[in-house]
Parts: sequence; C-alpha cells; structure tokens
Amino acid sequence: MAMQLENIIEKYNKDKTRLMDILIDVQSEEGYISEDAIKKIAGELDISLADVKQTMSFYHFFSDKPTGKYTVYLNDSVVAYMMGRQKVKEAFEKETGIKFGEVTPDGLIGLFDTSCIGMNDQEPAALINGKVFTDLTPFRVKEIIQDIRDGKNIEEMYRSDLGEGENRNELVRSVVRNNIRRIGPVLSKDYIPGRVIKEKLTSMTPEEVIHEIKKSNIRGRGGAGFPTGLKWEFCRKAKGEKKYIFCNADEGEPGTFKDRVILTERPKLLFEGMVIAGYAVGATEGIVYIRYEYMYLKKYLESILQGARDRNLLGKNIGGIEGFNFDIRLQFGAGAYVCGEESALIESAEGKRGEPRDRPPFPVEKGYLDQPTVVNNVETLCSAVKILLNGGEWYTTLGTANSTGTKVLSISGDCRYPGVYEVEWGFSVKDILEMTGADQEDVQAVQVGGPSGTLIGPKEFNRLLCYHDLATGGSLIIIGKQHNLLKDIVTNFTQFFINESCGSCSTCRNITFQMKEKLEKILDGKGIEKDIDDLVEWGKILKVSRCGLGQTSANPIVTSIRNFRHLYDELVAGDKDFESEFDLSEAVKASCDATGRIPVLN
Amino acid sequence: MSTLIKFTIDGVECMAEAGTYIVEAARENGIYIPTLCNIRGVKPRGSCRICSVKVNGRPMTSCTTPVADGMEIENNTPEINDIRKAIIEALFVEGNHFCPACEKSGCCELQALAYRFKMMVPRFPYNFPRKEVDASSPKLIKDHNRCILCKRCIRAIKTEDGKNVFAFVKRGRNVRIIMDPVLGEQMSDELAQKAVEICPVGALLPREKGYQTPIGKRKYDLEPIGSDIEKK
Repeated sequence: MAMQLENIIEKYNKDKTRLMDILIDVQSEEGYISEDAIKKIAGELDISLADVKQTMSFYHFFSDKPTGKYTVYLNDSVVAYMMGRQKVKEAFEKETGIKFGEVTPDGLIGLFDTSCIGMNDQEPAALINGKVFTDLTPFRVKEIIQDIRDGKNIEEMYRSDLGEGENRNELVRSVVRNNIRRIGPVLSKDYIPGRVIKEKLTSMTPEEVIHEIKKSNIRGRGGAGFPTGLKWEFCRKAKGEKKYIFCNADEGEPGTFKDRVILTERPKLLFEGMVIAGYAVGATEGIVYIRYEYMYLKKYLESILQGARDRNLLGKNIGGIEGFNFDIRLQFGAGAYVCGEESALIESAEGKRGEPRDRPPFPVEKGYLDQPTVVNNVETLCSAVKILLNGGEWYTTLGTANSTGTKVLSISGDCRYPGVYEVEWGFSVKDILEMTGADQEDVQAVQVGGPSGTLIGPKEFNRLLCYHDLATGGSLIIIGKQHNLLKDIVTNFTQFFINESCGSCSTCRNITFQMKEKLEKILDGKGIEKDIDDLVEWGKILKVSRCGLGQTSANPIVTSIRNFRHLYDELVAGDKDFESEFDLSEAVKASCDATGRIPVLN
Repeated sequence: MSTLIKFTIDGVECMAEAGTYIVEAARENGIYIPTLCNIRGVKPRGSCRICSVKVNGRPMTSCTTPVADGMEIENNTPEINDIRKAIIEALFVEGNHFCPACEKSGCCELQALAYRFKMMVPRFPYNFPRKEVDASSPKLIKDHNRCILCKRCIRAIKTEDGKNVFAFVKRGRNVRIIMDPVLGEQMSDELAQKAVEICPVGALLPREKGYQTPIGKRKYDLEPIGSDIEKK
C-alpha cells in the first residue's frame, strides 16, 4: 500500500494541483482514503493536512472509511423515483440487511445514495464499482446481490447485452444505451475526423476562426448562453504565459445526459472542437473535465486521444500547421454538481474544493493556474467543428433569429421515448411532448432546464425553447399526473440543491434549507397563507449568491408557486393567520412517556 | 500611477482610484457598506454576502468587485437592507448565539450588525444545531456554535511558508472549520492572537484569558458598527 501510494504521488510529479487525480487513484486502489494516506500525501506535496482534508471532504465519491468491496451508488434523482426507485432501494436494503449509508459487517457491500448519474433515460440506475447498471428492478437487485455474494466480477453480473454503438467498445463494455432519437449537426454520423483541422484550419488565421464562430451567433450550450465567439476573442486578447481550453463535461443537472452520449459516440468531434478553440485563442493545452460518474469511459477516451496524437491531430505542428502545438488530457471530478460552474470546475482541476470564484476576474482573463482560460460546454465545442466546416452563415439558417443552431436535449420522465434529441432552437414544449410520444392528456408539468430551470404547466406548453423564452441547458423532465408535484418533485429538487451547495455563501447554505423546512411545514398541513408569500420573498435573498447554483436554488419552489399556486393554496388553512407548526402533543410526548401520564390537550 | 474615476453610490457622486474594491472606495467617501467576512488587506472572498450592492442593477459583492468609471451603485435601499438583515438573521439561527454569555459580546461584528439592522426576532425558525466546542488546541478554543463560516481565519492565518492552518471541511450545511493538527499546535502565540482578533464572532478564543475589557466599555458598546466611517 505504502509503495502504491508513493507511485501514485510520483505519477503526478508531486504536484499539488493534481491532488484530485491523486485522491481518485487512492480511492479506487484502496476503496477509501485513510488518515495515513492523507498524512503521506500532505507530506509529499508539501501542503498542510488540513489542505488535503478540505479537498477530500468536499467530494461525494471520496471516503475516509472503507465503502465496501462492492460499492453501490443508487441514483436518487426525481426521475429515478418516477421509475420505481423506492422499491429498488428497499430491495437492496432487504437483500443486504443494511441501510443506505452503511457497509455490511463483512465489508463486502456498501450502499449509498447519489445525485443524478446521467442515466435518466434508463432509470432506476446505479453505479457499482464504477460500472453502470440500468433499468433496475427488485428482481434484478436480488440477482445482483447474489452475484456479489458468489464473488462474481462486475461484468459477470450483467444480464443484458451491452448497449449499442461504442458502449460495445472493448474499452467501454457497458450496458448503457445511447437512445439517440433525433440527429442533427452534432449527433450526425456524417463526420470525418480531422477534416476541418486539415482542410479548414490550415488555411485560416485564428482571427478568421473567431470571426466565423461570431458570425454563427452560437451561444454557450451549458445553459448560461454566453456568445462563444466573444469568449474566444476575450481569451485570445488576454495576456498570459500559457492559455487553456477547458471542456466542461461535468453535466450534473438532474435530467441531463446528452454529454454522456456525445462522449460515447462523438468524442473525436469534441476533441477536434477543442483543437479548433485552442488554435483560435492561442492555447497549448486542453483539459476535459469529466464527471466521476462517467469514469467508465476513461480508457476509451484516452485511446481516442492517443489515436489523435498518432495521426497528428494532437501534439506538435498539428495538421501540419507550423508551430501549432496542442494536447488534451482528461480531468475527472469526484462527485460535486457545483463543479459544473466554470470557475468551480477550474478550482477543482487545480486540486481544490469546487467552490466558485468571485468574478471579476473572469476565467478568460485569469482562469486555470491564473492563466487565460476558455471553458466551453461539450456541445458548444462539437458545434464549432460543424460551423467551421459549413460556415457561420450556414449555422444561422438553423434555429431562430436570436437562437441559432441546434440544441441536444436530454428528455426523460413520463414519455414513450426518453432519450437524446437534437432539435433546432424554437421547438415548443408541445412539439417536444408530441415528438417523444408523451400522452398530453396525462402530463401535468414539464421541468425545463432541470431543477435550476422552470417548472411549467399545460397553459405554457406553447412556449418555445430558445434563449429569449425558455433557455435551457437541455434537460426536460416530463411529469405525469400520477405524481405529487410538490412532494415528489419540488421537494426532491430543493433537497438536491441543499446537498450540492458548496456552503461558501451564507445565503445558499442557509436560505435553501430554510425554504425546504417551510415547504415541508406546508406539506404537513401546518402552513398558512403567509408561508407561501414568505417562500416567494425568501427566494429573492438567494439572488445575491455568488454562483448559478445559489441563485437558482429557489427556482423549484418559486416557479412552482408561480405556475401551480393552487397546489399550495389547497394545503394551507385559509382562515388562519398564526404560526401553527408547534405540536403540543409531540412536545410533551417524551415526558408523558416517562411519567406514564396521558395529557389532556383540548 | 493613480487614476481617479467617478461613480455614484445611491446617487451621491464619489471618486476613488480605479481598481479599488467598492467597499473600500465607499469607505474613502464616507459611506459605510456593512461587511462580515471581509478583512482589510487580505484577499476578499465574498462568503457572507452582506456587502451585496447593486451595480448597474445587478447584485454584486462590494468586497470583491473593483469600482469602474461611471458605475451606478445602490447600497442603502430598503430592498438591499432587508436582504442584509435576512442574512444576519439566517446566521443567527444557523448557529447557537447566546450573546449574554459570550466573551465576544460588545466586540462581536455579528451582534453589532444585528443591532444596526434592528433585528428583533429572526424571520427563520431557530435550528438549534448540535455543535461542538473544541478545546484540543493548546492555543485556542474553537466554538463551532458561534462560527459563521466567514473564512477569515482560513484566509488570514498562514504559516511563515504560506501553508494553511485553518480549512473548511465537507460542504453545504455540513461545512465546518478545522485546524491543522500539526500546524495548529506549532502556531506561535502571536499568530494565535491574530486568529482571535480577526474572528468577527466568538468562535476563536484565547485560552486562559477572558473578559479583560468589561462589558459596557467594549468596541461597539461605545459606538455602533460603521459609525467611524460615516463620521468622516
């Protein structure tokens, strides 16, 4: 063990900015990160023990005690519940005899909850030792636990064929299905790797590349919608010793899984996009920050990168362009939604806690290692390749006047065909419902843009997906009438934000929690009209939070009050104007039990 | 080389050197913007959010945002002040703050701000969390009941070779401050004293010392927080 640890630390040149990689390797080798390992790492990297602990304790997938020889992380997102997660969870507990959050006494199995793992189109799903198990049922759980007890390895536990496409690749071997339902410029197979580098980039100046991207009017596909050409231009003009291109593949918004599919099926397109961005801004290094949940793609993606190096699409003098050197490495996260925020992502890649930075300065001026850095979404970078291939002008013919191009949507929930759809901007929610075969009579709401987005009802189904109406990073969750909107959906989303808050801003740390407590008070039938108004008011406090997570963490509650006020009104006592949460019988229960007296409360 | 630029705070014309953080620029112009996590001379972090102002209509923290020419800043407005008051209230209910028994009473910035913003009863129910008092360090007592997680100690207290003595662990509502066991023990008396002084509340206290200044003669007993700036 000591020897292994030394090798791991050595592998990353004792570089403290690679602390994430070191911790990931130790966690995967040992199953946990011991106090001894922490001491050794701190000593070798010449940082304080507290520094190692502050990074380590931030991430969900790092543990300071053993998590079991077989570690089960069961997704607890809304859609998992909609698809029967509760029964699956109970089956895991029944078969193992332990509760979630525990490890069996023999150290064989650990059960843990985890935030959305990007499998909403095939829920309930779990990660077991890093491999994905989808479409779980209590029956499957029984088989899995038996297989574990029989000492089978992970792949021997599969009961279905491997998924389609590259999920069958020898380096992936996953049962995950792509569920590509609709293709466009990004998802189309009509793509020759390296062609744009060799045929276009070689005859263009970096300024011309930026000009073409600007002409296309493409905006960031992660959700915030910043114009991509402008971002590249800022970074090109920024002064720095070295520049970096980051690809944000940390999709953690519950309900989104399109990057999973792009990483599986179009990684070459993505990497080519990064090369183009690197050429445009004058960067020499690209880093793909990928969420830990997609670790099962690591070997495969690394082999693609090696292939690109072998064909001179990465490395020195790329595509024969004299002096253009650029290479890409993968950086894995370790379970933190907030790292999808670009500055938190950079912090994490530097080996630190994934806490968003204060801006200004923006990453384009001072990003990774304080150097000018572009952070782009997977889909943005893929689109850039097609923009250069066909021209910025062509791109503006897709979509609407203000929202050009296509968007890859992750659609899940109560519809016949959950999966990934690439559509032009401008589709209405109604179009989406028809396209996915949802029974419109039976749909009570659609969550657009994941929990940080908007919950809308049928009256708004004519609204359009585009930057000036319903802007979205691409997650759409269709919610049927059988679900209790406030209990099953809004509460889960709000809890998600509480779990994923970095805790740095006092507002995000406190107010979201207070709002959830109040929501529960209302759900318990103890609310009054003022409680609903309080929730709306308290939501405004969160707007002064540093990052998008904090600023939007009230959205599930606030948008559901806006669009489904009647559900709240039905729960509160309309004629009362006093605080009613105090429960006298509950308050005196302990003393009554102790004395054996029966209280007369009325 | 200094460049003076013009901006307004609540309509009042102000001037400051370009690049000065808004909170400092306001101070130079005799305008108080409340702060809690900010320490002059240490890189700001914007954790507490109390210094939030609106810059050209957008919420920004004034401790981390440099002034720029022509900025229109809203500071002392009912909307912003109510958010500040809510933040203070939330910090009170998040911990266990019993002012009458606290050594820091009268010198506590959280308490002083609560007075300034006329907090009576918090709008949020008290959480009464169970938190520990850690007296394992030979130099300091760390009372988590009073810690408002402002990160001042993390940012300001470093060893001579720049290592962190304090750190945040965990995340969200589970975050708490830890002291490096080794570096905490080796800390000089001066550094320990500095940690006590920069803590805005009574979360870091010296051992074997207390109540040296009687209540009634303490910093904010004499004048409300911010009044030194506004007097200028």
